[in-house]
Amino acid sequence: MESIIRTEKLTHVYSRGTPFEKTAIHDVNVEIYRGELVAVIGHTGSGKSTFMQHLNGLLRPDEGGVYVEGEDIFATKEATRDVRFKVGLVFQYPEYQLFEETVYKDIAFGPRNMRLSEAEIDERVRESARLTGVGEELFERSPLELSGGQKRRVAIAGVMAMRPRVLILDEPTAGLDPAGCAGVLKNITDYREATGSTVLLVTHSMDDAARIADRLIVFHEGTIAMDGMPEEVFSRQRELVDMGLDVPQSAAIADALRARGVQLPSSIYTSRRLREAVVALAKGVAPC
Amino acid sequence: MPEQPIIRIEDLHFTYPGDSAETLRGLSLEIAEGSFVAVLGHNGSGKSTLAKLLNAILLPTSGKVYVCGRDTEDEEHLLDIRRSVGLVFQNPDNQIVANVVEDDVAFAPENLGVEPQEIRSRVDEALRTVGMYEYRLHAPHLLSGGQKQRVAIAGALAMQPRVLVLDEPTAMLDPLGRREVISTVERLCRERGMTVVLITHHMSECVNADRLIALSDGMVTADGTPREVFSQVELLKREGLTVPATVRLLYALREAGFDVPLDALSVDECADAVAALLLARGRV
Ligand SMILES: Nc1ncnc2c1ncn2[C@@H]1O[C@H](COP(=O)(O)OP(=O)(O)O)[C@@H](O)[C@H]1O
Ligand SMILES: Nc1ncnc2c1ncn2[C@@H]1O[C@H](COP(=O)(O)OP(=O)(O)O)[C@@H](O)[C@H]1O
Ligand SMILES: [Mg+2]
Ligand SMILES: [Mg+2]
Repeated sequence: MESIIRTEKLTHVYSRGTPFEKTAIHDVNVEIYRGELVAVIGHTGSGKSTFMQHLNGLLRPDEGGVYVEGEDIFATKEATRDVRFKVGLVFQYPEYQLFEETVYKDIAFGPRNMRLSEAEIDERVRESARLTGVGEELFERSPLELSGGQKRRVAIAGVMAMRPRVLILDEPTAGLDPAGCAGVLKNITDYREATGSTVLLVTHSMDDAARIADRLIVFHEGTIAMDGMPEEVFSRQRELVDMGLDVPQSAAIADALRARGVQLPSSIYTSRRLREAVVALAKGVAPC
Repeated sequence: MPEQPIIRIEDLHFTYPGDSAETLRGLSLEIAEGSFVAVLGHNGSGKSTLAKLLNAILLPTSGKVYVCGRDTEDEEHLLDIRRSVGLVFQNPDNQIVANVVEDDVAFAPENLGVEPQEIRSRVDEALRTVGMYEYRLHAPHLLSGGQKQRVAIAGALAMQPRVLVLDEPTAMLDPLGRREVISTVERLCRERGMTVVLITHHMSECVNADRLIALSDGMVTADGTPREVFSQVELLKREGLTVPATVRLLYALREAGFDVPLDALSVDECADAVAALLLARGRV
């Protein structure tokens, strides 16, 4: 596997030297591989947003470094600027940052900053609007007139339009209803499929993480407490609950069945896998 | 004689001024005092609108809303109604008005001219009830999301309401914050007899409710105990609501021709039912 982002001893301290000094992340070493979809979980204040904002150079580490495709992103001013186009960051509640008069202009803002030609900008706006299910009939509307779910998609489309090699999303489904969540998750997986991009997303929903991630990184008090495939991480239910987290309900059911003597493979943490395995068992077919 | 319901809604219609379409299209409901009612529904189904009609922030376009037997359109009772129904919203940051937790909780009763001594005891009591008394001198903006929401609940409690309406209070919280808020609300209902109306998208928060009401496009599409409503799998899917993983598993087994109950909602109940089936079939 080819590494695309690496952090070395990444440490960030807010308000250093004041009574409010706070070490938000400490000594974080992580390697992200090209094409992965990584979900980052952790309780509020565990350092997820601080970590993510280093990956595209928005925050500077107090110690340690970030390497994107092998390059130290803080080595020069140019490197720090260029990384914004390679690593696209969708903030938490990005809809509060829509500011252009029209949806089209908002999505075009990033590509325009990249000094692309009008034709290229137009192509990208249309492509990312399609990927996020933002209909072209909305292009001339003011973003303020849209529903919460639509605004969220416009904001995500704006970052996708820069076609970053790594797409980072900070709690992209927070506050949306189940249909809105499912829609945004599908936009993200569609983008990844269409572009082969690497995706990192922060979520509080263990079910979302279970559904789409290849890998889970768990933050706790500013460091990485767990890092592994969903089945590995979700098999540590007790520890997760102690950290204020959870496992998907399907993983908890699988666990409860095992405790009752039912033989189930360890890799069950989504509703679909659980249903398949249990129905197969009931029918007398060995689950795979 | 049955007790009079604490909230009675009669053929309620509501249209926002200047809107062509009705947001609420003929709602009739009665809510019993002391019950824990969860309200579900897709975005735009009218949940928040209903919440605002319950404490006279909005008034019906036609039909009636009665709180403790009082018509919400009756201006004479406006203050009483506002006092009887406490409202807590989604975003904890938008609800904080003061720089110290206890001042924040005291804000509403102060505005109503409650006696200082009385305020003191109400604030302490409210903060104890939500488990935030130790934080009474803290700055609210430094609290976690779950703590902020509990302070917001304390603020509502300081008005000594009989009904607490919470509009997606956990939507912005992490799993721990969610647990803190939901267990606080459940305790208020079970131990203090508070009537609770909880609007939420999280099925796990509805499991212990007495009653679950699903709204769709301004109408009630399901109304019953969580067991009754969650076992209507087809309806929930059609309405874009998520079905708990327990019910989905039981439903899949039923579809495959196995006899399991659909209403084993909790993880343990579901595991018991499934293990019993597998045992009977000699698969364990
Ligand atoms: N701008 C800031 N100034 C001071 N402290 C901050 C700032 N941003 C975050 N923090 C603190 O750093 C810690 C990590 O925060 P954050 O990275 O936002 O966590 P998460 O995204 O996991 O909720 C928290 O204790 C938070 O209060
Ligand atoms: N202030 C308002 N003015 C006009 N229409 C509104 C207003 N608030 C909500 N609506 C409309 O009323 C409908 C129901 O909204 P709401 O009660 O917020 O639903 P929910 O809380 O279930 O998402 C939506 O179609 C929404 O666009
Ligand atoms: Mg964050
Ligand atoms: Mg609402």
